[in-house]
Amino acid sequence: MKPFTRVAGVAVPFLEDDVNTDQIAPVGGGVRFGEDYAQTFFRHRRRLADGTENPDFIFNQPDYKSPVIVVTGKNFGCGSSRESAVWALQAIGVSCIVARSFADIYRENCLQNGVLPIVLSDEAAERMESATIAAGGKQDFTVDLEERTIRGPDGLTLTFDISPSDRTRLLEGLDDIGLTMKSLDDIRAFERKALSARPWAQRADINVVRD
Amino acid sequence: MGRSLFDKIWDAHFVGTRLDGRDLLFIDRHILHELHAPHAFKKLKAAGRKVRRPDLTFAALDHTPSSAPGRDENTNPEGKPFIEAVRAGSRENGVRVFDLGDPEHGISHVVAPELGMVLPGATHAVPDSHACTVGGLGALAFGCGTTELEHVMATQVIALNRPRRMRIRLDGRLGPHASAKDVALKILAQIGVSGGRGHVIEFAGQVAKDLSVEGRLTLCNLTIEMGSRSGLVAPDDKTFDWIHGRSWAPQGAMWDRALQDWRSLPSDDDATFETDIAVNCDGLAPQITWGTDPSQVIDIGGRVPDLPDAPVNQRNAIERAMAYMGVTPGQPLDGLPVDRVFIGSCANARLPDLQEAANLVRGRRVAQGVHALVSPGSGRVKREAEALGLDRIFKDAGFVWGESACSMCAGANGDAGQAGERILSTTNRNFENRQGKGVRTHLVGPALAAAAAITGAISDVRKLTGGQA
Ligand code: SF4
Repeated sequence: MKPFTRVAGVAVPFLEDDVNTDQIAPVGGGVRFGEDYAQTFFRHRRRLADGTENPDFIFNQPDYKSPVIVVTGKNFGCGSSRESAVWALQAIGVSCIVARSFADIYRENCLQNGVLPIVLSDEAAERMESATIAAGGKQDFTVDLEERTIRGPDGLTLTFDISPSDRTRLLEGLDDIGLTMKSLDDIRAFERKALSARPWAQRADINVVRD
Repeated sequence: MGRSLFDKIWDAHFVGTRLDGRDLLFIDRHILHELHAPHAFKKLKAAGRKVRRPDLTFAALDHTPSSAPGRDENTNPEGKPFIEAVRAGSRENGVRVFDLGDPEHGISHVVAPELGMVLPGATHAVPDSHACTVGGLGALAFGCGTTELEHVMATQVIALNRPRRMRIRLDGRLGPHASAKDVALKILAQIGVSGGRGHVIEFAGQVAKDLSVEGRLTLCNLTIEMGSRSGLVAPDDKTFDWIHGRSWAPQGAMWDRALQDWRSLPSDDDATFETDIAVNCDGLAPQITWGTDPSQVIDIGGRVPDLPDAPVNQRNAIERAMAYMGVTPGQPLDGLPVDRVFIGSCANARLPDLQEAANLVRGRRVAQGVHALVSPGSGRVKREAEALGLDRIFKDAGFVWGESACSMCAGANGDAGQAGERILSTTNRNFENRQGKGVRTHLVGPALAAAAAITGAISDVRKLTGGQA
């Protein structure tokens, strides 16, 4: 995974609550194997009923065509666990999402892909939202994970919290599986213990352990 | 200090703390599916890794196959590459596929409990948010993304921060024709789509006790809509009877040992919960969603709410939902014409759901112009329903009796409605465009779905039957 230290660029004020992953990366109406996630990105909302581009949809507006930061409301990414809802944002260049809150699975999917999910307190979120609207896509914001700050036009400086473990993982771009594999001895010990404590959970006649 | 059901399962599966401070939790059995697994198989292979416990790993083909009667893998050509990729990845890794035509084929969340694959006190994972369904048996399940799936495949553990505990006490006795789905929708109306965030919910109280096991599976199915990590109902004798004799359930002396363990699972009397709430379900009426998120819910006899005095962006969202759904503030839904009815999905396509609908449909006809489809949740449900003659009841009435799959739930199998159509659906998500671009989805239980198919309109099923459930 690519390490995340610092990004700078356009922030888009997508101020809606409960944006679900069916909107971000729709499958309704059929799936495509090996799809292009930039095409998937808000596939329905980006277009009007006649198939032409919807000029009111904020991601279609010229100043917001290549955002790096998305500023949004509560419970972002709720619904389906599909990871394509993170890949779709990455495909258009987004690497940081600033929200009032995230759905649990979506936040996890962000961390797995090197996308920084920032949760701000209500007060800080209000400042971020107004600064983003005021910037109108014409002035850049900088997010620095090392210092845990967001800087923007007119001297805006906000600090954010993130758990030390999530921060380290993003900063170092750690491979999650590699990290867990360091605990392989614990896993093996657990398996032996579990097999005698709750053998019914692992039916013996279909049981082959492979390391 | 007393421990909750959640704590007991968590502690029994705790492997250790990873270097970054996350807890590693052992996954007893997990099921992957064709929509997300191909990517995970590919990445696993690229990293030179294998599925670590193929004996605990299974593959479902549920999202993309057509549910048209007599379908095969070619009926929905878009789904075929997904199916083939899962077959190939599974073969290379020694993973059993519940393939089309396999007696155990079906939606993973329906198959896992009915097979006895997932048991009380067990952990489960699926790269699908409705993994939580199996909480109805008292198992702790986690829906995950594709990269987390790859992690479970490679390690057989999931890395998590310990969620908080929430208990929802469901009081009272349900009114006529109200079922588990209505209870779930009622909870959603009360706590909203993010009310459970960061928590594992335990459903308790009289209603949880009274629900059938299938009803508990339905209730837990919708916990992800509440924003929670997972949901649980404490296992009891009803659960144990339900599991006893299922194909993979323990037998003989092993059954007795398992039973002894399972009886110790329910939360201790002095267990604590970070959040504890009650929902009054006494006399609960059948529920229906009016909007585009599953918490926008009213009683079937109720009216679409007035626009709230709310900040402008919240108000905009509600206005947008109303415009999308073609409803207006204060309007009753009863009487609104419907174009389609879908009875299916991991929320509501187990045998009792189909029986409930069939009881209403028996001897009646689907209204002219309404397209009505039943897709049983699994091959087993389908066989059992056919043995009871339910297929005849539905077909005689003019329903399509489809094959088992996710079908119209997510529209990933190409089966979708037309723009502007109004659908009464026993699924769990009424999001914009979920069942096809511009499709208006109202979430309901099987009773309201059946009533709408017969009358051609959203109808209070209690009037149809004189309130006799
Ligand atoms: S039936 Fe619907 S909700 Fe359930 S697993 Fe399939 S697509 Fe997901």
